[in-house]
Amino acid sequence: MSVDLSQFHQVFIDEAYEHLATMENLLLAVDLDDPNLDDLNAIFRAAHSIKGGAGTFGFTDIADLTHALETLLDRLRKQELEPTDEMIEAFLQASDLLGRLLDAHQQGEESDQEAIQANKAELIRLAEADQEVAADQPSEPPLASASPQGGEGHWLIQLHPKEDVFAKGASHEAINEDLKALGPLEILQQPAEGKASWRLQADVGREQLEEIFAWVCEPQEVTFSREEAPLAEPSDDDGFGFFVDEKDLPAAQDAVEADQGFGFFVDTADLPAAKEQQEADQGYGFFVDEQELPIKQAADEKASAGSVSREVSKPTSPAKAQSKTSVDTSIRVGVEKVDQLINLVGELVITRSMLAQSLSVLDPIEHENIHNGLANLERNSRDLQEAVMSIRMLPINFVFGRFPRVVRDLTKKMHKKVKLKLVGEETELDKGLIEKLSDPLTHLVRNSIDHGIESPEERVAAGKPEEGTITLSASHQGGSILVEIHDDGAGLNREKLLAKAQEKGVPLSDNPTDKEVWQLIFAAGFSTAKEVTDVSGRGVGMDVVSRNISEMKGQIEIDSVEGEGTRIGLRLPLTLAILDGMSLRVGDEVFILPLTRILESLQPDKSQLKTVAGKGRVVHIRGEYLPLVPLYKVFNLEPRVTKPEQGILVVVESIHGKLALFVDELIAQDQVVIKSLETHYRKVEGISGATIMGDGRVALIIDIERLAKMNA
Amino acid sequence: MSDALDDQALVNSGQQEFLTFTLGEEEYAIDILKVQEIRGYDGVTRIANTPSYIKGVINMRGVIVPVVDMRIKFNVGEVVYDQFTVMIILNLGERIVGMVVDGVSDVIALDPEQIRPAPEFGATLDTEYLQGLATLAKDQEGNQERMAIVVDIEKLMTSGDMGLMDQVVQAG
Repeated sequence: MSVDLSQFHQVFIDEAYEHLATMENLLLAVDLDDPNLDDLNAIFRAAHSIKGGAGTFGFTDIADLTHALETLLDRLRKQELEPTDEMIEAFLQASDLLGRLLDAHQQGEESDQEAIQANKAELIRLAEADQEVAADQPSEPPLASASPQGGEGHWLIQLHPKEDVFAKGASHEAINEDLKALGPLEILQQPAEGKASWRLQADVGREQLEEIFAWVCEPQEVTFSREEAPLAEPSDDDGFGFFVDEKDLPAAQDAVEADQGFGFFVDTADLPAAKEQQEADQGYGFFVDEQELPIKQAADEKASAGSVSREVSKPTSPAKAQSKTSVDTSIRVGVEKVDQLINLVGELVITRSMLAQSLSVLDPIEHENIHNGLANLERNSRDLQEAVMSIRMLPINFVFGRFPRVVRDLTKKMHKKVKLKLVGEETELDKGLIEKLSDPLTHLVRNSIDHGIESPEERVAAGKPEEGTITLSASHQGGSILVEIHDDGAGLNREKLLAKAQEKGVPLSDNPTDKEVWQLIFAAGFSTAKEVTDVSGRGVGMDVVSRNISEMKGQIEIDSVEGEGTRIGLRLPLTLAILDGMSLRVGDEVFILPLTRILESLQPDKSQLKTVAGKGRVVHIRGEYLPLVPLYKVFNLEPRVTKPEQGILVVVESIHGKLALFVDELIAQDQVVIKSLETHYRKVEGISGATIMGDGRVALIIDIERLAKMNA
Repeated sequence: MSDALDDQALVNSGQQEFLTFTLGEEEYAIDILKVQEIRGYDGVTRIANTPSYIKGVINMRGVIVPVVDMRIKFNVGEVVYDQFTVMIILNLGERIVGMVVDGVSDVIALDPEQIRPAPEFGATLDTEYLQGLATLAKDQEGNQERMAIVVDIEKLMTSGDMGLMDQVVQAG
């Protein structure tokens, strides 16, 4: 028993975060008018798993809070309570608190006990608000039908008429016969002054029982209650206590509480719950003894899967619900391990091409085997490289997933009605990008809600639906990814922006195009909001957005129609790790140009070259005069050719305009793995990174924006 | 196994191992734990607009590493690049740097008391980066006593003098 559990803490915390995320997503999806049982169950399972883990590892605060959460959830999923907005709010709060508690445990800090107690009290209040009422009513039949061991449930039938029905001619025998027809019957109480009780072991609906008693007495004079007889015996507690060990204490408390709370023959549907808790807790107690975390999880899953199958007397899809929980087919691996793998595969590819180079002198016919083997090696290593790269790709849902919550919270705060639509959540992009995308997207969504979408009154006045819509979409477009935030709000106001620009002294051309005006919103300290709220309006957010996006080598597009809405498009490269590039030679050095920026390449005619006094040379291509940038001069190299008409001009596009780069020759189009120069060196002017070529040498990747700036 | 025992013995005696290399007439010693490997000078990609002693970058098994020629930086020795040119790959915490020197000579073990404080002058390197001077005993061939200059290579390579890092990193 002295195994150190702390080695599993990280696993528990990671898992708990995942459960929390699942819970939050499901909570936000709950439709108050028509709650989906599967979802409620899934939320319950998530809470239950957290509780189990927390109890095992002695995080009593987490276990406590999840217990309160679970109690309310349990009543919801049994349909004893209708979910209300208030509850969802409390759940979300609880899930936030749990997140903070997890943080606190991870960093060994103190947690905010006050907030926990407040939230816990709220949850308990909500859970019990209905308790008395529920006890008074003839309780709803619980959905549970089959006990986890596969045995059948029991109906407890109690007859308590006002008058002695048997004296009035009703036949006890006849009732017995009818009930026996349904299943094994046990007579608990022989008729006395009209009162009688039976225990029927049968898997039948309440309706069937009501039918039998319909002619005996009034419906309210008989109660039917469901019980899972064998395990509900209080004597079972002893046996149960046997499993409890100290580590299992919080969980054990649960079960005791549950027993105390629900008693023996309480004629409510709570019995299965008590039983279920026992069952689950037994699983914990037992497996915790083994000190085996994976097994504990398995038990956990078994328990929750069990609870699913018990709930499915309704024609829902049990298979689907179970498959959700049954097997987790992913492994958690550190990013650095994946990056190391990518590096190693890169090395493999380089080694292969070096091998190919040295073997190319061998006679292809005499050494056919070697050449065939090499061809195989090439194919395999390319496949391997692609497969390894795909590990880093994640669906964009990892970012989008947080927005339902963000939108919900913000709309609440600002008294607006906004519907969030997500499109193309499965679009995959590099993990590095996903992480960097999250901040700018949050800013943009906040902005859309705060400044874009109008208040419900204004919207109605403008003839628009009361509820605004924000659409987040992602799609692949060629070699890049387009992420769009579209709102049907008020749109940008050209006059307001121009006035503000003037006030701030932002330089603008005399007759700026719409695009230029829209770009103003990205200027630092620029906000047209009438007042600064705690959400936005300080004019910092958009500045951050534009900086983050350009760091990711992406571009921002804005379209806006006043009164109809705004669309902001973020165009991003698929991955930060790979670049489609054109390799070119200047002197003895090889450089890489990002392929997406290359417009064309040509060998100029002498007549196309012009000199502009003081401004260097320009080249005249189809009516346009482009500045000529000789790379050998920029990078201080000894070129093989110094006359542009003998070399090649590559026309590239930068945000500052087009440039014609003069290089010695083009080599090939390559897919290259981008490596940072800054890891071991520092930033180099005009260079965005480096890569390793087939011969093992380093080639530098040209940063066209910087180059254009250097040249300007 | 015997290596491990030797290491243990070293640790117990408080001795530290140093790699010595030559730059011109002088012999330098650096902490061997900072040395990742020693290799030939090959496949260096030039970087534009850098001081002449920064030769460029090389591919070290997938890692891009800058190369500094100490001979140029400190203006000693003969700057030629051939198959005998030696590069010491240093691992300085988070950074890897290649350093071209005239030659690598020896691995020596020194007691802390063998390292004497350096005088204010006399070495090619700024005294700021010197840990001290060590006297090396006669070797078996009967060569006379030598002096090695013990350099704090990490401090030197990460200094602003070398220009190997962004100034921001310097400040932090």
